[in-house]
Amino acid sequence: MNKLYIFLKYFFIVVWTVFVVAPFLWALTTSFKDFQSVNGGVTYIPWVDFEPNLEGWKVLIKSPAKGGVDIIEPYFNSLFVTCTASLISIILGTLSAYALSRYTFKAGFVKNNDITFFFISQRIMPPIVLSIPFFLFLSSINLLDSLTGLIVVYIVLLMPIAVWIMVDFFNKVPREIDETALIDGCNPYQAFLKVVLPNSIPGLIVAGMFCIIFGWIDFFFAFILTFTEVQLLPVKIVALNSSVTPWWSLSASALVSVAPLIIVAFIVERYLSKGNLSGAIK
Amino acid sequence: MNFKHKYFFLFPGLFVLIGILIFPIIFVVRLSLSGWNSYNPGLDYIGLENYIRLFTDDPRFWESFFRLSFLSVTTVILQYVIGFALAHMVWKDIKFKRFFRVLFLVPMMTTPVIMTVIWRTFFHESLGPVNDMLSVFGVAPKWLTDPVIAKFTVIIVEVWQWTPFMFLLLLAGLLSLPKEPFLAAAIDGASPVRKFIYVTFPLMAPISIGAIIIRLIEASKIMDTVYVLTSGGPGTSTETSSFYIFIKGLREFQMGYAASMSFTYLIIMIISLTIIAKVLTKVLLKE
Repeated sequence: MNKLYIFLKYFFIVVWTVFVVAPFLWALTTSFKDFQSVNGGVTYIPWVDFEPNLEGWKVLIKSPAKGGVDIIEPYFNSLFVTCTASLISIILGTLSAYALSRYTFKAGFVKNNDITFFFISQRIMPPIVLSIPFFLFLSSINLLDSLTGLIVVYIVLLMPIAVWIMVDFFNKVPREIDETALIDGCNPYQAFLKVVLPNSIPGLIVAGMFCIIFGWIDFFFAFILTFTEVQLLPVKIVALNSSVTPWWSLSASALVSVAPLIIVAFIVERYLSKGNLSGAIK
Repeated sequence: MNFKHKYFFLFPGLFVLIGILIFPIIFVVRLSLSGWNSYNPGLDYIGLENYIRLFTDDPRFWESFFRLSFLSVTTVILQYVIGFALAHMVWKDIKFKRFFRVLFLVPMMTTPVIMTVIWRTFFHESLGPVNDMLSVFGVAPKWLTDPVIAKFTVIIVEVWQWTPFMFLLLLAGLLSLPKEPFLAAAIDGASPVRKFIYVTFPLMAPISIGAIIIRLIEASKIMDTVYVLTSGGPGTSTETSSFYIFIKGLREFQMGYAASMSFTYLIIMIISLTIIAKVLTKVLLKE
């Protein structure tokens, strides 16, 4: 019974591992192929099935004029939009979360929980519902196809995540530490900056990671609200897909664009194993 | 504590969010009462005409809505079962525990559309590895062009992409469980299966509800994957509500009609998610 259970367990883990890794392996081998080894039938193993070459990777750094794929600019655009929007969301979200965790608010029937729910419920909003008014709104103030416009929209996407994680995190930070700081003569802002924030770094990192993940992987808003002036990475790569589709450069650029966030997986796992995520989830 | 400070903490975030959102929401409602399209762009007032058209004369919207329900419920159930199994497996000590934990998180960190581009080549009917391997068995499913199979391709990709999120939420939950109930079960000599049914699962019920609701919310927005994988096709067989609204609004520029659809869609989403949350709480917590 026990042996069977262990066998099944490892069997399942192996199957899932293969499933998770398969598209990455496929993309990795495809990125070294050329026209013949893609279109002449399916090939798997370099040097055995096909002769690998670096063409797919070389076009990534060539200039577009020489037939290269320009993903460097979209890369930095994506990085800039994601980081700026995450930073703004974290700052505003943390402040609001602190208020919701420490003070009581009451305006008519609206209480703390309702305000928290209002923040979090913005995730329910389907992107398509917002995209049409945002499209018309941003075009009327000339922010369509600009980084600023995208950052504004991304704040709506990311702030709910920051508030959600930080409210739960602050609830776990003991109130005594703010009270001690206040008795020691700090004003509330100093108490927050000097005492509460340093004790909340794990929470801030987790919230930051989630904001970066959900900012970096967004395609929809970037796709609708930008055209030619500004291009984000996912839009650029999908555009590659719909044109001629040279699979090798497509695979290479896809791998380059998903690589940075894999580091995030290590960080998230670290905080997960330490138990810092548990509060945020419940 | 001092009272006026609390507003300085709360208001910046709250007002920025409301400030960004209030206009679009009011505007969607107003737009849905107008006949804005590419010939006649402007906020005229045509009453409830768009809504009447939607409820009496647009089966395609309702079909796309039922398709969306099918896709999101199926993927979330699969993600929950697989995610729970994976989380349970790497919860206690196994070899290379941290390696597997990281590995199982990775798909969620990758951009869905970009991975979908890879999946498209993966499921390519003549040049992809899947059909190449299946050709040993003499079958060649049309992953992207058969109306029925294409739905399952979307499900496979969604499960690959988002099971890690479920896994993350459930593993975090498992790691936060108190130890005492498990000790008690061990002293009573409960078998692993009974331990799971009577101890682990009930303790995980509140976390499960949270995780399922969060995933349902996110799954109900399925759109980028469909757009890249099949573009809603073949025909309309993988078209979801968001995608249909996108076609009407930003491809055919029937803004007014698209706004009425998106408002209806939002209301249905809120109502059905509330009902699902209530039902799940009742079933799993037995309240």
